[in-house]
Amino acid sequence: MRKYSIFSLARNALSHHENWWQAWRSPEPKKRYDAVIIGGGGHGLSTAYYLAKEHGMTNIAVIEKGWLGGGNTGRNTTIIRSNYLWTASAGIYEKGLKLWEGITQEVNFNMMLSQRGVLNLGHNLQDMRTIERRVNANRLNGVDGVVLNAQQVKEMVPIINTSETNTRFPVLGSSYQPRGGIARHDALAWGMARACDSLGIDVIQQCEVTGIRRDGGQVTGVDTTKGFIETNKVGAVTAGNSGVIADMAGIRLPVQSRPLQALVSEPIKPVIDTVVMSGAVHVYISQSDKGELVIGAGVDKYNGYGHKGSISVIEEQLAALVELYPIVSRLRLLRHWAGCVDVCPDASPLVTKTPVDGLYFNCGWGTGGWKATLGSGWCFAHTMANDEPHPLNEAFSLKRFETGAVIDEHGAAGVAH
Amino acid sequence: MLYIQCPWCGWRDESEFGYGGEAHIERPKDPDSVSDAEWADYLFFGSNTRGEFRERWVHSAGCRRWFNAVRDTTTYEFKAFYRMGEEPPGGEQ
Repeated sequence: MRKYSIFSLARNALSHHENWWQAWRSPEPKKRYDAVIIGGGGHGLSTAYYLAKEHGMTNIAVIEKGWLGGGNTGRNTTIIRSNYLWTASAGIYEKGLKLWEGITQEVNFNMMLSQRGVLNLGHNLQDMRTIERRVNANRLNGVDGVVLNAQQVKEMVPIINTSETNTRFPVLGSSYQPRGGIARHDALAWGMARACDSLGIDVIQQCEVTGIRRDGGQVTGVDTTKGFIETNKVGAVTAGNSGVIADMAGIRLPVQSRPLQALVSEPIKPVIDTVVMSGAVHVYISQSDKGELVIGAGVDKYNGYGHKGSISVIEEQLAALVELYPIVSRLRLLRHWAGCVDVCPDASPLVTKTPVDGLYFNCGWGTGGWKATLGSGWCFAHTMANDEPHPLNEAFSLKRFETGAVIDEHGAAGVAH
Repeated sequence: MLYIQCPWCGWRDESEFGYGGEAHIERPKDPDSVSDAEWADYLFFGSNTRGEFRERWVHSAGCRRWFNAVRDTTTYEFKAFYRMGEEPPGGEQ
């Protein structure tokens, strides 16, 4: 891998930036790999990267049916945080956050991590009690956090409406995680693809998996639109399409695929320099470097693979947004889109072995996978390499639905996740 | 917004309805005799069909009755609406 630096930038400036080298190859699939990752999003690329870096497996392919950054990795609202209630969640999300803090240096690609802090608002007394409990739990788990009162929220976010009378969603306070923030979504897709490629991993785009071959309960390979690929380890990291891949392998998963919508406004001058979420009214907001307000909603209520949701969700979300931030009432919207996310009944992911030997699933991240991409890849790589979960993802197994040890993050994380 | 035909009230906006997920999941007849795995399968595991999907809806802001529908989960087009207890179009699957 040729390094990006101030010198390479200056050198390429002299030739009008027309001679930049290729960041990654576009290889044809080999006949056999030691492991195949289905899905070239953030989670899939991170998995491949850590398989090579931490476990010395370099004969790996990442198979992507579309293009890099064309899936949920390129569609999310880029929020990063780790202030989850339960110990198991705090472990895996905090691992992710710590990896985020070092990844730019590690892979020589600017992920534009901006630790501008994340606020989760409380609108009533019970919200505030839940926030106190969650922040205390976070601190016991080594995750930073403080509880803010309404005045402190107002100081940090001047555009928020904290008046005590005649408000539909009064702001009583919030939790605040200073190390939370946002990072650049495309950069993760491109940076990790480049890092994978430099470790010898084949990142194969425009190649769709059409079947998973098994022999006596052991994976033997995958059929793809570019032919059969032999392998004994398959890691499925396909978000909304996990159910489809599970069907190919003849297993069932406890996930449902739902549309998740988001939108951005026209660019305006800087008005908010942190991230504010409200689980109670399903709206979260931050401002991009270009000045657009990036606004996310909760999932639609019905199953859908169509990459579109219902306008009623947007309507409710924008109504709440205008209540909380009156200055946005005349902003126009620039873009609006939907992804397809797979949601588990307990709103926690699956990073797990399956009843099929050699088949692993990393899915069920629902509305909150972006922040965890690196942590999930790190844990999933360990699981695939050793055929055993790492202590950090042991709890996120399929078995939890049999034993009853579910990790209920619905209440803690809200729907905004 | 989806436009949904309640079998009792006729066509209404999606916002009047609640969603009940996959239809025709049968509760084990004798819960005491099933294994943890079978119970988990009944409770949590389901099909997550890309394509025609049989699902339950409830007209929660109307007659408050449950019914079933067949909908394509890629185009969101409804293929059929039918009452609880009625045979699904196309028969058993």
